[in-house]
Amino acid sequence: MRTKKPQYRRYTRSTMGNVAYFSILFLAGAFTILPLIYCIITSFKPLDELLIFPPQFFVKRPTLSNYLELPNLLGKMQVPVLRYFFNSIFIAIAGTSLHIIAASMAAFTFSKSRIKGRNIYFTIVQVMLLYNSVTLSVPQYLIFTKLHMIDTYWVYILPAIPSAVGCFLMKQFMDASVPDTLMEAARIDGAGVVRMYAKIIMPILKPAWMTILLLSFQSMWTIIPNGTIFSEQLKALPQVMSTIATGGIARSGSAMAVTVLLMIPPIVVFLFTQGNVMETMSTSGIKE
Amino acid sequence: MSSKKLGKRSGVFSKSENIAFHLIMLPFMLFFLLFNILPVLSSIVLSFFDYDMVSSPIFTGLENYARMFTGDDTFMKVLGNTLRFSIIAGPGSFILAFLLAWMINEFSRTVRVILTFIFYAPALVGNAYFIWQIFFSGDSLGYLNNFLISFGFITEPINWFQNTSYNMTILLIIQLWMSMGVSFLANIAGLQNVSSEMYEAGAIDGIRTRWHELWYITLPSMKTILLFGAVMQIQSVFSVSSLMTTLVGYPSVNNSVDTLVSYISDIGTARYEMGYASALSVLLFLLVLAFRYGIGALLNLIGKSDS
Repeated sequence: MRTKKPQYRRYTRSTMGNVAYFSILFLAGAFTILPLIYCIITSFKPLDELLIFPPQFFVKRPTLSNYLELPNLLGKMQVPVLRYFFNSIFIAIAGTSLHIIAASMAAFTFSKSRIKGRNIYFTIVQVMLLYNSVTLSVPQYLIFTKLHMIDTYWVYILPAIPSAVGCFLMKQFMDASVPDTLMEAARIDGAGVVRMYAKIIMPILKPAWMTILLLSFQSMWTIIPNGTIFSEQLKALPQVMSTIATGGIARSGSAMAVTVLLMIPPIVVFLFTQGNVMETMSTSGIKE
Repeated sequence: MSSKKLGKRSGVFSKSENIAFHLIMLPFMLFFLLFNILPVLSSIVLSFFDYDMVSSPIFTGLENYARMFTGDDTFMKVLGNTLRFSIIAGPGSFILAFLLAWMINEFSRTVRVILTFIFYAPALVGNAYFIWQIFFSGDSLGYLNNFLISFGFITEPINWFQNTSYNMTILLIIQLWMSMGVSFLANIAGLQNVSSEMYEAGAIDGIRTRWHELWYITLPSMKTILLFGAVMQIQSVFSVSSLMTTLVGYPSVNNSVDTLVSYISDIGTARYEMGYASALSVLLFLLVLAFRYGIGALLNLIGKSDS
């Protein structure tokens, strides 16, 4: 997938052009990454350094106290802090894995079967790319109420299963990277649909499901339900974080510490999946 | 279609294989129906009813729609906010996502991966917009206030998030900050895949500047990926809600930054006016669709010569 770029520079830039080019890149990069770096550094500042004004970018005497204080701070809430961590991890893993399985199976039918209606189904999936669980939250709320699912783990997990973007990316990737001759060969060998999916498609699809792992994990990890979760023991980290983050400057150390802890899992997932993501995304075009 | 070789007739697969294909699609389609299609359809139906979730729905015709445009000043405000926000943040992030991807395209792989991470990081870590709380905190300890006061630009701290002259701009900046997401990644990958033969052929055909190359070769080859990116950006700008409700609160002063989505969930899940909330949702769906096809038409103009 990664085609070689031409080795020669085809067009040269004027000196001014170069200055502009590198300034834009530098400014954009500083704008995106400095707040995050500042957040990480601040999470290691002791209280007196947090209160120095004007604020210093770097920390002089780094301390872990902001992190060590978190259990105490969160201990004042009704449930132990580990419960929030458990909830976040549980819903992220459950939602993501169910989504990958369901979406890849459907994408297989859309891409490789000849059944009637598959193009219409896929067109509908493409239209639904425009709407996410936030835009649909109120009508979904009605459905959760009818199903008596308000205030259960289901409201996190179930709507994540049919996410359109995962299915869309899988189908596009399958169109581009699974040759029909491979399918035919498998059929001649006597493989059924399920075996083709499990033994042939899934291994080839690794870049696509790694990508969806990233996207789905990321959205599940940052989910803030809209009026569907009330019990403290069912809340996830992002909801708790907002309580801490709005606590003013004296608590900013702890707020930064929680933010840093929340940053780590998506970053780790990205580092693991990054090469696959690029391969998948190159097939993501919408054809009209 | 890549699968043409299998033959157009459905007879290529046996009956049992076709059944298996249906079954394997079923789990996704069932949940898709329940949580994506049904919400849209039920909104359309309920938008013609008065429904409080306790008593049974009463048919009221177009009353809910009439209410939006005649008797609801708050709606007019949130609609204006949503449009203003989307029209600036949508194209802004879409163009930036392409521009940055294009600019880092000529670096070596390692440098490109590092730069990708740098630009993508805010979108990757999700809810990190909490960080901006301490920059724009409303008391004199907030970083921006402190800075402005110590340099004598202002004497009293400004309550940035509650001040209607600034809060929208600040939120737009934060949105832009975290908008280099999926579409940015798609652009990078797409640019890597524009074949070098296309560029060589272009050079032979008389393309002499990188701007011509961008317009006549790069952008046309990227059309489908740009459309995917546009769809993703539309989806994200029209669903912006927790950014405001967390940093500013709901309702904001004078409804200055409340979005349509926040308003719908207030009407629906807090006041239980499901009929009206459904009508508002239908309007939101239509608005998103209009933007999607408008942009699709605009993207079709790419690569066309003026002369």
